[in-house]
Amino acid sequence: MRKAVIIGVGMTPVGEHWKTSLRDLAVEALLNAMEDANIDKVDSLYVGNMISGPFVEQENLGALIADWAGLGHIPAVKIEAACASGGAAVQEGAKAVMSGLEDVVAVVGVEKMTDVWPSDATRYLAYASDAEWELFHGASFVALNALVMRYYMHTYGYTEEDLALFAVNAHINGAKNPYAMFKKPIKVETVLKSPYIADPLKLFDASPVCDGAAAVIITTPEKAKELGIPKEKWVEIAGMGRAIDTINLANRKDLLTLKAAKVAAERAYKMAGVDVKDIDLFEIHDAFTIMAALSLEAVGAAERGKGAELAKEGQIAIDGDYPIQTMGGLKARGHPVGATGVYQTVEAALQLRGEAPNQVPDAEIALTQNIGGTGSNITVTILRRV
Amino acid sequence: MGKPMQVSRFWRHFKEKYRLVGSKCKKCGKIHFPPRQVCNECGSREMEEIQLSGRGKVISWTIVRNPPSGFEYYKPYPLALIELEEGPIILAQLTDVDPEEITFGMEVEMVTRKIREFNEDGIILYGYKFRPPIK
Repeated sequence: MRKAVIIGVGMTPVGEHWKTSLRDLAVEALLNAMEDANIDKVDSLYVGNMISGPFVEQENLGALIADWAGLGHIPAVKIEAACASGGAAVQEGAKAVMSGLEDVVAVVGVEKMTDVWPSDATRYLAYASDAEWELFHGASFVALNALVMRYYMHTYGYTEEDLALFAVNAHINGAKNPYAMFKKPIKVETVLKSPYIADPLKLFDASPVCDGAAAVIITTPEKAKELGIPKEKWVEIAGMGRAIDTINLANRKDLLTLKAAKVAAERAYKMAGVDVKDIDLFEIHDAFTIMAALSLEAVGAAERGKGAELAKEGQIAIDGDYPIQTMGGLKARGHPVGATGVYQTVEAALQLRGEAPNQVPDAEIALTQNIGGTGSNITVTILRRV
Repeated sequence: MGKPMQVSRFWRHFKEKYRLVGSKCKKCGKIHFPPRQVCNECGSREMEEIQLSGRGKVISWTIVRNPPSGFEYYKPYPLALIELEEGPIILAQLTDVDPEEITFGMEVEMVTRKIREFNEDGIILYGYKFRPPIK
């Protein structure tokens, strides 16, 4: 198997881009990444997107984006794995390079969520639940996460205040990221005073509905050399893992373990030949504060039931032992669902290149973890400075 | 929300949604709801139908305040995970209950209620909800 390295990254700011279409967001991020890598053509395009059909009445995103980015008659497809679509697209792109089938691959993650009413956005997102048995009963993703949050708090004795610390940390870091949707630090009280959207989950426990696109260019070290890309810009995709769990939350064997993340992380660690102690920063999936706690447990940074302790001890800050969400995470950077996994990859790559606005000193290895559904479809990717 | 999908999408689940029929694995005995073709415990494909009692306990709950479109009329409404006495956990709305009175371990029983209406074509969906038992 060949090695795969990221040689270019690009993004659009995350926000409510009412004046910009899905295609323009995707093309902008993609061209930024190609410019960063100093290339003008690629062998193939993988588009991470969750739900463009209901949101903007457009599918066939492979053709749409490759066509409008002027990439010629290349193969191009959309990869869908709910909110983990971006993480899955990065892995599919890396697999194509590692297998030897393609030499230079572009991956773009894009989502345009603000062209519909909020209640419709809530409905479309819930298509990734077990819709017949969850959405049918009026369950939104927020509601499903709230059920887990209450159960977690009850089981381990945590308070709403404890979980709010994850949102506070995300906003502190997001404030320094020019591409983040929210660039303002918040206090615990801000979270606690925000309205309940599904008790005990509050507005500030949740990531926003938003738009955005991010892209990476992946190739082999040999090709990167041939293209004359300086080594400081290479970031190796060292480990990859992906797994599913029951799509229906009620059918989960253990409501408080993200088993899919656990399995995916084990696979990624094994492939990269590292363990959790080697990881310098974690870009995990904090679509809701409760998911940040469970994710830390699933990737091995904390024992079962101890994820929220890391926040209380200050270990998730940039200077802590387990820095997370260094560019704001889903909560403050924003969560354009199908694009999120690619944003995480871009942000981790910038950290490893030493170019992050909120730099983790001497970061060498980063982990990204991207959750689809209520923990039903999860990717874990390990990136390493070359 | 506009027109509903074909009515067949909804009536093919009458057994489960009106009568709470699940499946039981003939090999390992695991009981599933909703019913499955393949046991997610042992992988067996030998299943039989099982009538669930409809009695259970609340293990977690929430109050939905920003519902998906189609459910605006009902908001805010309580939604719960209920552990049925036969073992499976089921997601359902709670009904005939003051949200302030919901507690961990609260006993509930299944009732048939309206789930939602589609405005224009008038199709009405029914299904299970759970309430504190009538003594």
